[in-house]
Amino acid sequence: MEGPVIYANDLNLKATELRLGLPGSDELEKQSPPSVKSNKRASPEMAEDSRLKSSSTMSNAENGDQETAPPAKAQVVGWPPIRSYRKNSLQAKKSEADGAGMYVKVSMDGAPYLRKIDLKVYKSYQELLKALENMFKFTIGEYSEREGYNGSDYAPTYEDKDGDWMLVGDVPWDMFISSCKRMRIMKGSEARGLGCL
Amino acid sequence: MTFFPEEVLEHIFSFLPSHQHRNSISLVSKTWFKVERLSRHRVFVGNCYALTPQRLIARFPRVRALTLKGKPHVADFNSVSPHWGCFVFPWIVALAQNCPSLQEIKLKRMVVSDNSLDLLSRSFPNFNSLVLVGCNGFTTDGLAAIASNCRLLEVLDLQENEVQEGISQWLSCFPESCTSLVSLNFASLKGQVDLTALEKLVARCPNLRSLRLNRTVPLDMLQKILVRAPQLVDLGIGSYVQQTRSESYVKLCNSVLNCKSVQNLSGFWEVFPPCLPAIYPVCWNLTSLNLSYARGIRGLHLNRLIRQCQKLQRLWILDCIGDMGLEVVANTCKDLQELRVFPSDPYNAISSVTEGGLVAISIGCPKLHSLLYFCLQMTNAALITIAKNCPNFTYFRLCILNPKMPDHITLQPLDEGFGAIVQSCKKLRRLSLSGFLTDKVFLYIGMYAEQLEMLSVAFAGKGDKGMLYVLNGCRNLRKLEIRDSPFDDAALLADVVKYERMRFLWISSCEVTLGGCKALAKKVPMLNVEIINEEDQMEENPDDSMKVEKMYLYRTLDGPRKDAPDFVWAL
Repeated sequence: MEGPVIYANDLNLKATELRLGLPGSDELEKQSPPSVKSNKRASPEMAEDSRLKSSSTMSNAENGDQETAPPAKAQVVGWPPIRSYRKNSLQAKKSEADGAGMYVKVSMDGAPYLRKIDLKVYKSYQELLKALENMFKFTIGEYSEREGYNGSDYAPTYEDKDGDWMLVGDVPWDMFISSCKRMRIMKGSEARGLGCL
Repeated sequence: MTFFPEEVLEHIFSFLPSHQHRNSISLVSKTWFKVERLSRHRVFVGNCYALTPQRLIARFPRVRALTLKGKPHVADFNSVSPHWGCFVFPWIVALAQNCPSLQEIKLKRMVVSDNSLDLLSRSFPNFNSLVLVGCNGFTTDGLAAIASNCRLLEVLDLQENEVQEGISQWLSCFPESCTSLVSLNFASLKGQVDLTALEKLVARCPNLRSLRLNRTVPLDMLQKILVRAPQLVDLGIGSYVQQTRSESYVKLCNSVLNCKSVQNLSGFWEVFPPCLPAIYPVCWNLTSLNLSYARGIRGLHLNRLIRQCQKLQRLWILDCIGDMGLEVVANTCKDLQELRVFPSDPYNAISSVTEGGLVAISIGCPKLHSLLYFCLQMTNAALITIAKNCPNFTYFRLCILNPKMPDHITLQPLDEGFGAIVQSCKKLRRLSLSGFLTDKVFLYIGMYAEQLEMLSVAFAGKGDKGMLYVLNGCRNLRKLEIRDSPFDDAALLADVVKYERMRFLWISSCEVTLGGCKALAKKVPMLNVEIINEEDQMEENPDDSMKVEKMYLYRTLDGPRKDAPDFVWAL
């Protein structure tokens, strides 16, 4: 349950306060992902206080703690004004990528059906690539930052949470794990093209 | 004039361009009223609760094309519960009984059930056009009924509705005898469609001009469709992923070369950017490009694509285009009239566009008149420059993602910037404000925005004078929505007569109390005043000093509605 933001009763002097940083950078620093925000709860006294002050503008205790919580931009109902269809399609992409399970589909060009693997099982690119080689019975070449995968016709790629297709191996393993939505083992000069955009 | 036969009057009236004109002339005399109402075939209802279906049919019995708008604009952003109202079923029932020659229906923000669609599909033998925008409440089973039963269907246009998956494969329900489709838009549906049925359908509809596919339609199928329908003017691409060396991609390149008529392009729900060159051949002719769901097109790929589109008049894009990308637009799209920049990551307040991008656009695209711009920061100086460069704005909607952000350089409120906009843009009809604003901006709006019809205000103002300035100054104001601003009962009650000329007033999370709303309701018996309190249960006898969460006030001929749910209290 989300309530309207605290600003209704607040002159928000912070916004006009002179600071060295850009206004808004304050909010950005304090920014925390929505899942953390939902765990914040004001103390019961504050919640009651705020309820007495204005029962309609503060129906949610979460935003009562205005000193330390970042401005409740993620939780204000109906703000920013984005059509709910669009909002849902943004959030769908986010929750897919947050790794509700670490299972991702893997397709290989030329293979008749897809496989699924659990990324959590592997600790490094080396382990992952070896597993893929075994699963699909092929060899991946040598990875180099400049040239991608050399020495074979195949290159492993993945779709990240922004919808972009990336070459496996470019980013640190942890970043890969958290952003990989699915994988595709590309065949041929196609894959080499990815390295030289 | 009294000696003109009615047929002549009717013929003259048919040249009137708009509903407003027809409304005006029907006031001239009883004869004119009668001729006009019996000859009006296209009827527009801006608020489905403004009158009952029976009253509409009584006045316009020969209606053939009806547009109905339901929930208030803020409902688009989840500020109103889906059960609040605006059910289309009673309308369909009434029309089915009395207007069998109905041909077209367009619904916006209404609750549409499968039963409604089913009844619709069976009741009007000449029915040919269904457009649903931002609706909910139906499944693909309802669509199956439309496909099966509307034998003359030309238009099935589904824009951003919440559609649940039903049991039926709706697309397969178009019978072999259906060859009349002109426009089919299912881009926003989530589910699979029968691809073979789709290809056959496209092949047998030679008049198909507009086709928008959803993300489950792969590139190979797109290619086959383009072969069948090279005459398409409006194309929405579903999935656009393929190896560029594949036979399928090469075929696509060839098929696109035959599509010489495409002017609108949209979709790209998933995309492999190296495939984009295949559609470059249609870009030179594009007047409208909607990439607002194409998260996969960005950076160099996006810029390259934009550079192909020199005739663009309308562009909908995500903010990942960045200021640099907007400069490419400014340099390329000299005919640009409408720009919408949507946020790709609003909840983490990340955006690559700033006031700089918008200024660049204003310099490069002087024909710009319609803007929707989400960004993180703005300055008065930028707005003043933009106002000077683009004096033709009719729609100006600026949304700074964090509420109450001042000018990020001077830290002043953005009153002067918006003031410049309203002063310079004499044709401004719609304005959405954001950022840190005081009452001054409302003074400017009241003074200069004479043509303003719709105003959206959020987190703004210092006192209650603001509303007075606006209500007094903007004589054409029809729609006003205000949230989280310090407007109180005094502001609400200051000039209630004005509300009778408006379609609606929406106030939420302001300082308005129950007592104030009750007083208002007494003063304006011709208007419905509804209080929406979804979160807290209404106590038995709530105190008049209780602040009201949401108030919706609207003009109506037929009194309080009978279908209001529990959490809506009609005063």
